[in-house]
Amino acid sequence: MSEATTKAQGGLLGWVDARFPLTKMWNEHVGEYYAPKNFNFWYYFGALSLFVLVNQLLTGIWLTMNYNPSAAGAFDSVEYIMRDVEWGWLIRYMHSTGASAFFVVVYLHMFRALLYGSYQKPRELIWIFGMIIYLVLMAEAFMGYMLPWGQMSYWGAQVIISLFGAIPIVGEQLALWIRGDFNISGVTLNRFFALHVVALPLALVGLVVFHILALHEVGSNNPDGVNIKDHKTKDGKPKDGIPFHPYYTVKDTFGLGVFLIFFSAVVFFAPEMGGLFLEPPNFQPANPLQTPEHIAPVWYFTAFYSILRAIPDKFGGVLAMGSAIFLLFLLPWIDRGKVRSIRYRGLGHKVALGLFAVAFVCLSYLGLKAPSNVYFGLTVTTWAQIWTMVYFGFFAFLFAYTAFGFERTKPVPERVTE
Amino acid sequence: MSQEGASNSRRRFLTGAVGVVGGVGAAYVAVPFLAYWKPSARTKAAGAPVEVDTSTLEPGQKINLTWRGQPVWVIRRSEAAIESLAAMDDTVSDPLSNVSSQQPAYAQNPHRSIDPEYLVLVPICTHLGCIPSYMPQAGSLDADWQGGFFCPCHGSKFDLAGRVYRGVPAPTNLQVPPHRMASNGSLVIGEDPEAA
Repeated sequence: MSEATTKAQGGLLGWVDARFPLTKMWNEHVGEYYAPKNFNFWYYFGALSLFVLVNQLLTGIWLTMNYNPSAAGAFDSVEYIMRDVEWGWLIRYMHSTGASAFFVVVYLHMFRALLYGSYQKPRELIWIFGMIIYLVLMAEAFMGYMLPWGQMSYWGAQVIISLFGAIPIVGEQLALWIRGDFNISGVTLNRFFALHVVALPLALVGLVVFHILALHEVGSNNPDGVNIKDHKTKDGKPKDGIPFHPYYTVKDTFGLGVFLIFFSAVVFFAPEMGGLFLEPPNFQPANPLQTPEHIAPVWYFTAFYSILRAIPDKFGGVLAMGSAIFLLFLLPWIDRGKVRSIRYRGLGHKVALGLFAVAFVCLSYLGLKAPSNVYFGLTVTTWAQIWTMVYFGFFAFLFAYTAFGFERTKPVPERVTE
Repeated sequence: MSQEGASNSRRRFLTGAVGVVGGVGAAYVAVPFLAYWKPSARTKAAGAPVEVDTSTLEPGQKINLTWRGQPVWVIRRSEAAIESLAAMDDTVSDPLSNVSSQQPAYAQNPHRSIDPEYLVLVPICTHLGCIPSYMPQAGSLDADWQGGFFCPCHGSKFDLAGRVYRGVPAPTNLQVPPHRMASNGSLVIGEDPEAA
């Protein structure tokens, strides 16, 4: 958009602008949205998340055209899509790979926020909206995984819904209410289908709008964690800011190209990712009378599954798993530090954040393995207990480190450094 | 419009009243939307009792059934197996079956069934709902194993009365569904004994 379009003008655009804030919205969120000029590699993943969301919506709608949400027909209809529907295999693999890709980019996007303190004041609400998106995304992925009605769909759902049964007093009634049957059945499948294709995607899209509106209200953070609005030119533009379009639209398009190379490689050459994206037992139809030898959720849930298994008590495990996610919501208030970026924070925080990331990866790996496996003389359960301590220890350490003044930060520059 | 003479307290009262009445209405409207998720009449009807002929069952053998869409196992225990249960009292966490939700009152006994020989169980692990493996042979899991059920998911163990071992993730004994012996000698699952 050139400068001229901000003035009233004729033509079709002028006609529309007099009736709908098209140019105004474009300028506010794209054309004249000033983002810091020092965005690095980590800043690709927000735009990529948006792209993957669109991929999921589009391929999801197409899959719905041939999917049959009933216990008798679900498994067959997915195989029908894979074998007999024109390009059905591609649409389905784009959707199933997209689900895993969504979590890859979202996890990296979240880690970026941890690195540069993007959850700190004044961006707490952006972080909260983001966390709700993450929560809805987990529900969406869980329900989507149930739809092919394979063995892992069935037993994964059985395990997850049983978690609600661990809640004292109301638990069993709650689990019955969620299932709509005394055991997981076609009734459960039908309602999860409704939630997966209508309710949760609507919620997701709405939350993404809130997430971006909140971001554009306070402005983007950056790898230096400095506020670019503190230094403005005479006409009120941040000196260290550049318009999102064309600068970041072009940069993100490049990032998208690289992402698509990896994404396509998986879709075409390893859509099952060695059993990580689509697990082998899911190629057998659901059988309520036989549990697979080894139940593991899909890789993006295994960190929390490890925490669940690490606690040798049913309700305690559920509580630990729930708080592992809930604590992230509180992060803006747990971290009392005033310095945002990892570049200028104390050594203790750098080490702790590193350990936290390692703990998350290790827990994710352990969650894929049978509890009795042994590594370096310790069982998976023992290792999971150790890394669970590290995971929760991060939050305790971060609070103590920042609230009681132990952190020795470096001076933060006035302006962005690159 | 002139705001003169308007009563603010009256307006606040009206706003509050509209809020309360509207809120109550919204709560009532929420009921059908929430209750819609409960098991339907057809789902409940699918829970009709199941009758099974146990006359051909040899000691140690198991019959698989479904009742209310859930698996149900009927196992005929050998004399030795029934006698071995008492020795497990120190190994299991609820030897007297005190958790009343896990069996009908008439099955709250050492063998957790009406007839000591026939064990009727819902083989859904009370931890997270997997189906345990039936391993009746002593020593088949490890040297101390006296026969019972082992859940492959998270390692919970149960004895041959479905009683949960101490120190495993499952919190309670396996569930015993309502059952009775019919006059013709067969077993009915899903119904209590008439005189009970």
